[in-house]
Amino acid sequence: MLAPQQTWWKPLHRIERSWVLVAFVWCIFLTIMMPIWFFMGRQNVPVTTYRVDAETYQQLVADFVDQYQVDTLSGVPVVEPPPNSDVYLQARQWQWYPVLKLKKGETYRLHISSLDVQHGFSLQPTNLNLQILPGYDYVATLTPTQSGDFALVCNEYCGIAHHLMVSKIIVTE
Amino acid sequence: MTAATMPAPGAKAEFRSCPVTGLQVDLAAEKLIKANAVAAVVFLLIGGFFALLLALTRWQAIHLLPADWFYRILTGHGFDMLVAWIVFFEVAGLYFGGAVMLNARLIAPKVAWVAYVLMVVGAVLVNVMTLLGGSDVMFTAYVPLKAHPLWYLGVILFAVGALVAVILFFATIVVAKRENTYGGTVPLVTFGLIAAAIIALYTLLSGAVAFVPAFLWAIGILPKVDPAFYRNVFWSFGHPAQQINLAAMVAIWYALAALTVGANPVNEKLSRWAFVLYILFINLGSAHHLLVDPGPSFAWKATNTSYAMYLAVLGSLIHAFSIPAAVEVAQRRKGFTRGLMEWLWKAPWREPGFSTLVISMSLFGFIGGVTGVVIGTEQINMSAHNTMRLPGHFHATVVSGTTLAFMGLTYYLIPLIFRKELKLKKLASWQPYVFGGGMLLVSVGMIVSGLQGAPRRHWDITFTGAPIDVALPGAVHISLAIMGVGALIAITGGIMYLAVVLASVFTGPTREASRLTLVMSEENPLVEHAVPNLGKEPEGKLTPRGSLTLAFIFLAFFVVYYLSNWWLLGRAWYIR
Ligand code: HEM
Ligand SMILES: [Cu+2]
Ligand SMILES: [Cu+2]
Repeated sequence: MLAPQQTWWKPLHRIERSWVLVAFVWCIFLTIMMPIWFFMGRQNVPVTTYRVDAETYQQLVADFVDQYQVDTLSGVPVVEPPPNSDVYLQARQWQWYPVLKLKKGETYRLHISSLDVQHGFSLQPTNLNLQILPGYDYVATLTPTQSGDFALVCNEYCGIAHHLMVSKIIVTE
Repeated sequence: MTAATMPAPGAKAEFRSCPVTGLQVDLAAEKLIKANAVAAVVFLLIGGFFALLLALTRWQAIHLLPADWFYRILTGHGFDMLVAWIVFFEVAGLYFGGAVMLNARLIAPKVAWVAYVLMVVGAVLVNVMTLLGGSDVMFTAYVPLKAHPLWYLGVILFAVGALVAVILFFATIVVAKRENTYGGTVPLVTFGLIAAAIIALYTLLSGAVAFVPAFLWAIGILPKVDPAFYRNVFWSFGHPAQQINLAAMVAIWYALAALTVGANPVNEKLSRWAFVLYILFINLGSAHHLLVDPGPSFAWKATNTSYAMYLAVLGSLIHAFSIPAAVEVAQRRKGFTRGLMEWLWKAPWREPGFSTLVISMSLFGFIGGVTGVVIGTEQINMSAHNTMRLPGHFHATVVSGTTLAFMGLTYYLIPLIFRKELKLKKLASWQPYVFGGGMLLVSVGMIVSGLQGAPRRHWDITFTGAPIDVALPGAVHISLAIMGVGALIAITGGIMYLAVVLASVFTGPTREASRLTLVMSEENPLVEHAVPNLGKEPEGKLTPRGSLTLAFIFLAFFVVYYLSNWWLLGRAWYIR
């Protein structure tokens, strides 16, 4: 444990060399899997982001709801936008707004932003999670591949009623 | 061992000669080591009590605390454990590695005391402000959640104190080198601590860049702090801070291997290179906290999380072989050469230092390391971010790995530093198994809950009272109960640790240890078995084939878990 007396600068042992080599190859594989999935995979982290202030975003959401509202659920509007359109979801303490109704197999440009603190977009059980920040409009190109009711949970601590900030995404066939 | 060298003339420090190691122990350094170690244990005690409350709340069948207290206690637990316990212990370790192990004097002990007071005042301030309410922001304090200004001030004071301690450590090493207190190169353990301290330097500076603006914003001087900027600098502090733990823990692994079976690294060069990889590359891994944040591009995220992180992972993979190999070669030298694994079966399993080494390495590697690389993969992070998989991962690293390693080392430092005989040895011998076994359940329970979508930092995953009815899969209750049961076991292990430490330090008779002995036997492997590495390769019967096998088993597990996570992600909705 104490200072080595002999020189420790000696060549690697054969066994060590082979382990280091195998480990290195594995690390290379870990690295290239990400670009491979980026080009070939169908689940990639959205990158499109715009800066937006809370008032502007709130207005976008209000217009969106006015345009496509079809129903109300527990006082929250249910909105059914057409495929390939821009969809706006707003996070604030402690509500997701509005409830979205989407079609299976169709693609939507889902905008998400927060009006106050940070929130977490957590869609279950498909298990997709995104960090939502105030001041940033995060745009995900999303295609539901299953139908049914999906839980939308807030998974970034956002204050005392954080656990009540849940909603649904309804996907029809 | 190095022969004791007297301090250079002119150095004013007072020394005692340690009869065990022959080292000249600087009395001022010794007092500081004690003070920092005591503070560390006190915060571990508080944080551990908080842990009990949290686990009993997240165990949905018990659901102990009300929501406000859950978040309050969670803020306190994160800070007391991750920041206070770990950093106080590391500062004690730095003074030990910098002064005692190098036979040197600690320069400017007065300044070191100032650092200590800053850290204590800071940590107490954070705890008081947290418990008073109004600062329920988690230890990450993501803006624009706002805490009381004194809360930020407490964090800043603590960080400044720690920074001063790190700088003193470097100064001590430089002076020791100049005064020529030790022969040859610095010991591997000190080398590891130097790696840790280099990381600590830029870590703590990033901490200042995060918390100072937040403080100015909280008192109204700055109009706002950008949340994306804050997250970036916070994690430049928060993540590398974990690499300090990592480097310190690995250094302790080498120490425990040497202490309990007389193991020398088969190849010091390789081990040292692995530390260098940490210093160079691990700082960039901080980006993996921002993988699903709006803003950065794929190239930025993937680059920062990969080339950098994976070279650091390479460092860990190297240690994962070289430490077991060192143990194996030492055991084989003692004649345990039959078969692939006799060296392992005949190891001193009742010796807490040895069981700590094995449990800490296994849980850290198999659970903490593997899950860390997996959730740190850019795309896979999407199916893990902010779920219980996160606390599952870091309780395996920083608790089963680092905290257990720190605990195991304590048993050997008490006779040396406090000059007390260790009491309750039986308890000490069992402690690593109880604590490690409990933490295994905690981590696995958390990870399995997270895989089913359970969010972290969440008071009620049944969402009772929410206007819209949603539910997680019912099996989540089972995995959370497993976590809860594990927590009770782990906390029992924590109490055992505290009992041994407190009984030894406060009730044991002061006794000059005459020689370094193991806890569970009278042997001294350092002296009796340490076979000097004469620069020859371990060959024939001494070849560490068993460790290579273990390393490949580990790699196989790693590969399977990694690939199955890609498969899981592939079943999710399409997203881009
Ligand atoms: C008996 C031991 C322990 C148990 C049972 C335990 C349990 C827990 C639980 C239940 C949570 C809450 C998870 C959540 O709701 O998100 C938590 C969070 C956490 N724990 Fe522990 N813990 C233990 C020890 C430790 C130690 C020793 C450390 C650090 C060295 C630590 C660091 C943390 C951190 C950083 C968090 C996250 C805080 C946050 O999300 O802000 N824990 N722990
Ligand atoms: Cu929220
Ligand atoms: Cu929330």
